[in-house]
Amino acid sequence: MSALPPYATTGQRIWHYAFRVICGLIFFFLIAPILIIIPLSFNAEDFFTFTPEMLALSPEGFSLKHYRDFFSSNDWQQALWNSVTIAPMATLLSVGFGTLAAIGLSQPHVPFRRAIMAILISPMIVPLIISAAGMFFFYSRIGLQGTYWGVVLAHAALGIPFVIITVTATLVGFDRSLTRAAANLGADPVTTFFRVQMPLILPGVISGGLFAFITSFDEVVVVLFVGSAGQKTLPWQMFTGLREQISPTILAVATILVALSIVLLATLEVLRRRGERLRGLSPA
Amino acid sequence: MPTDTGTDDFVVFDRVQKSYDGEILVVKDLNLSIGKGEFLTMLGPSGSGKTTCLMMLAGFETATHGEILLDGTSINNIPPHKRGIGMVFQNYALFPHMSVAENLAFPLEVRKIGKSEREEKVKRALDMVQMGEFGGRRPAQLSGGQQQRVALARALVFEPELVLMDEPLGALDKQLREHMQFEITNLAHSLGITTVYVTHDQTEALTMSDRVAVFDDGRIQQLARPDVLYEEPENSFVAQFIGENNTLSGVVETMGDTTCTVKLDSGEIIDAKPVNVSRPGDRTLVSIRPERVEFNKERLQSGVHTLQAEVLEFIYMGDIFRTRLRVAGRDDFVVKTRNAPDQVRLQPGQQIEIGWLPEDCRALDA
Repeated sequence: MSALPPYATTGQRIWHYAFRVICGLIFFFLIAPILIIIPLSFNAEDFFTFTPEMLALSPEGFSLKHYRDFFSSNDWQQALWNSVTIAPMATLLSVGFGTLAAIGLSQPHVPFRRAIMAILISPMIVPLIISAAGMFFFYSRIGLQGTYWGVVLAHAALGIPFVIITVTATLVGFDRSLTRAAANLGADPVTTFFRVQMPLILPGVISGGLFAFITSFDEVVVVLFVGSAGQKTLPWQMFTGLREQISPTILAVATILVALSIVLLATLEVLRRRGERLRGLSPA
Repeated sequence: MPTDTGTDDFVVFDRVQKSYDGEILVVKDLNLSIGKGEFLTMLGPSGSGKTTCLMMLAGFETATHGEILLDGTSINNIPPHKRGIGMVFQNYALFPHMSVAENLAFPLEVRKIGKSEREEKVKRALDMVQMGEFGGRRPAQLSGGQQQRVALARALVFEPELVLMDEPLGALDKQLREHMQFEITNLAHSLGITTVYVTHDQTEALTMSDRVAVFDDGRIQQLARPDVLYEEPENSFVAQFIGENNTLSGVVETMGDTTCTVKLDSGEIIDAKPVNVSRPGDRTLVSIRPERVEFNKERLQSGVHTLQAEVLEFIYMGDIFRTRLRVAGRDDFVVKTRNAPDQVRLQPGQQIEIGWLPEDCRALDA
């Protein structure tokens, strides 16, 4: 933020500082609840509050027992395993279908492009509970309810809009004469796709994939409807954990998930920069 | 350059038509034969169908009607990646995520050529365009002229017999453009490849080509060597489009074998060469090149008709003088004279008499 100019009026001065305070408050309310769980997860007691030992920063106040609990409990390990098997598969399907849909819908000759696009993006807009209920009834009929593939398909449907949006955005800057050049140089359409088009839209594909992954990994509503006890994911286990056995293990899990999110976001940022550099490089 | 123009038909357009919407023909009944090793330029204003023809040859557009033959076989049903035709794109279309050497290796890789042979060919192609040291760079790290050379090398590296160029010099500045014109023609002739070049720049077309096809309204208006095109345009579109040109409209008065007289709309009579007028009474546009107009009385042929002219403007352009005259009621008549030591510099307001050799004044369609 630039410094105040010497001719600023009193009103402008007040607003200048008030603005900073407002921004600070917004950050505080958004970030503080997330940050506070990190020290709490190292609590030596089974409480959700700071003990006097923790506040005194004495080593007895802290322990890794909740992390140990997470890694030794069968329930948590099963939930982790479910999340880790469901999310990547759902991401794979989202990325595959989403990328193909985005490329198809960016061709100018496709009829009803906008309508098709709107339908494909709708899972992002329709309230989750409605999608979940619809999927429950539909999947029950065709025998997918309560199965691994049922949850994977449901999560893939939720992830596809993210992939479509990010890939469509990268395709806007894609120079169509490049695919013509590749064909002219003797590459068949499949080679052209993997050697020329894919590397250039990869940043969009990967960031869409990350969003899809996080969507599946964090999702609790749809999995409650579509899954059964065998598909209990981490968020589901946290949800029941909060209701039934209030244990700081949840805080340990939350901290792990926060760390994971930060890693993913950092990856996203690196990819975005790479994408910008490549785009900036392409001849205007 | 007198190569074997049109002797063997390497590329043939046979009654080709193209329509994008099923109603308007962008290319109308195109017949064209291009000889092996020939440098042919398709020249025309935008929307004349020249780029569409090039795209049909490359395989990116399909002909609505008619056939395109390459070396005797129809290529209508061959997809672009199996045609083996090199192409330089207007925006170069270099792959931004590959280095220069990788760009050049790409056509060789998809042809499954071994690594050592590939590297050798890439090196030779880069040396050919004096870009040998730039193999490791990304296209965006190169200037426009360097990108242009790389695009050229990439189109040639897999040794195609036919190379297409779609306004490849459009984005370069004038000096670089002139230099590249020279390099491209040299390269094409020394490698013996057949080149189809599309441009809307008539200077480029005249200086580079063996033959030029002038396109307008989806048809070839004239297909000829550059000198013939300039000196003997067959219709008024070609006369107007190629080079600078003075036109006067009138009606054919008398008709001879090699000359005719034309009565201008302002009443004067002039001598002309009948090109596509057939009998007295035809309306005609006569066309005279600005450098073929003579106002030095001693050099004017005796017995020819002359016109009165008033000097309106004298522009000094260095190598030439450009004088604007009022002739036969029009004030856009231009005379160009060489800046020679004995050359007369006309003054605005001066009254002069102008004339020309009858064969330099062509009576064309109105």
